[in-house]
This record gives sequence, structure tokens and C-alpha cells, in this order.
Amino acid sequence: MTMRSAWRTLGPGVSHGIAVMCCSVGIIGVSYGAIAVTSGFPVWFPVLTALLVLAASSEFLFIGIIAAGGSPLAAAAAGLLVNARHLSYGLALPEVIQPGWRRVAMTHLMNDESVVLALSEQEPARKRAAYWLCGAGMLACWPAGALAGALLGSAVHDTAALGLDAMFPAVILALILPALRDRGTRHAALAGAAIALASTAFLPPGLPELLALAAVPLSMRRAEAA
Amino acid sequence: MRHQLAVVAAMLALAAGTFAVRLAGPILRSRISFPGRAERLLEAGAIVLLAALVATTALTAGHGLAGVARPAGVAVGGVLAWRRAPFLVVVLAAAATAALIRLLPL
Repeated sequence: MTMRSAWRTLGPGVSHGIAVMCCSVGIIGVSYGAIAVTSGFPVWFPVLTALLVLAASSEFLFIGIIAAGGSPLAAAAAGLLVNARHLSYGLALPEVIQPGWRRVAMTHLMNDESVVLALSEQEPARKRAAYWLCGAGMLACWPAGALAGALLGSAVHDTAALGLDAMFPAVILALILPALRDRGTRHAALAGAAIALASTAFLPPGLPELLALAAVPLSMRRAEAA
Repeated sequence: MRHQLAVVAAMLALAAGTFAVRLAGPILRSRISFPGRAERLLEAGAIVLLAALVATTALTAGHGLAGVARPAGVAVGGVLAWRRAPFLVVVLAAAATAALIRLLPL
């Protein structure tokens, strides 16, 4: 499937929405690259990570833990745990990733945005087109944004003055808001956030988020009670 | 950067592990079926993890609190997202709010 045929399959409305989403992710990439270099990473590091990992929240967590003095092993483990959600994404989209050599490319393009867009389409052909167009756009925009941010961060040392540090939490919040409309999930998420905040004061970076998982059973209890 | 080789090795491990997790879903799907309860738990786990990440990245810096500007920016972005504002508006409003508060002579 080419970019052009995916665009035609989806029509201008949906395609335009995907393009805007990719631009936004590119801008978050700018904040990511800038934060990475101001934390002491070389310019190439966030760009290479963006290409190879291609999962924003785990990458922010990874560089955040290392910058805060955590061990590389803890940073990789925490990033992998954040990315464990991709397992359920793969289970939810059997008609998008089909056997064959393209599977490798399609698999790498699996991320929050491409999966949400594929799930919102009904026909298999449109699901595949939305997934592919969004995934390919992310693969281009996320590393490009990271490069621009890394160069910007090398030139402007006070990136906080531009408010770039507020972008990432705002984006993740925007992505999880639809799921929080479910009552059980919302209770579990709030309890987990409280656990993470309370434990940040004494736990090393990366662990508070893992400790938050203790709140997951709340989502089931509420669902059964309802 | 301290121990640069170890950091690069950890990053490559993260990339390889992430690819394996992405690959596991489609492969498992064609062999076994997951009970609905397990799928719900996996989903809730991802959301709880991300909510905790929002809380810590929005409100804390190191072991302490992050001050006023960043939480305020995230809050403005969150309200706009709740009102279903476009993604780009959410992102730019969050950054602009934090930047403007930092300009104030406090």
C-alpha cells in the first residue's frame, strides 16, 4: 500500500485529521528532543531512539530515569512495562496485521495513535489504510521532531521557558481521557495516580508508575458491582 | 552522559523488547483466545500506567513538586481535551500556558 492509495481509500476528511495528528506528534517530538539534550544526551540519541522504539511515553520515561540518575537496566525495564500495552493492541487488531513480509513493517508501526484510528474504522481495508497512514506518518514526524528539538535544545538551554515540558503530560492525558469515561477505569486510574505521586517522594524514578499497577483490580471490582 | 555504552545497550534492549511485545499480539491471537476478563485487565493496566505517568510528569520533578507553571499548562490542556478540542490546540495551549506563567514576575 502506498501513501497515495491509503489517502484515497480514507478520503480527504480522515486523511487530513491523520496529517494534523502526525504534525502534533512532531511538535511533541520537538519537546522530547529538547528535553533529552538538556538532560545531557547527545543529539543523535533521541533521534535514534525515536526511530527504533517509536513509542513516546516509554522514551520520555527512559530518558527521564537515566537523567534522574537511575540505572540503564531500570530505565529499559520501566520503558518495556509501559510498552506492554502493545500486547493488547496486537490482540485487538487481527485484521490489520496479516502474515507475510509486510508484517515486520506493520508491527513496528503499532502505536497508541495508529491503533486508535484503526479501531475507529469499520471495514478491514479502511482499518489497514488508517493504521498504515498514521503509523508511517508517525515514523516520519516523531524522529524529525526529535531532531529539531535536539538541535533547538543545544542552542536554547532553557527549554522550560518555552513550556515544552508541559506538552508530554497533556498529550498522554488527552489520549487516555476517552478510556476514563468508564467509571471503573477512572477509579483505578485516579487511585494509581495517587499511589505514584505519594511514592515519588521516596522511590527511585520509574518505580512509582509500576507501583500504581496495584490499583488495577479496582477497575474489575467496580465493573462487577455495576 | 555517564556510562554511554550501557545506556545505548539499554535503549537497544528496549527497542527489541518493544518490537517483541508488538509482534506477540498478532501471533498469540492466531493460536489462543484470551478470556474477556484478562483482556479487560490488560487494558486497565495500560490506562493506570499512563495515568500514573501523567501525574508524575505533570506534578513532580525529582523527588519534589514541579512548581506551578507545568501543572497549570497540563491542566489547561486537559480541560481543552475534555471539551474535545483538536489535538494540536491541546498541545500548544499546554506549552503556551506554562511559558506565560513562567514570564510572570512571581
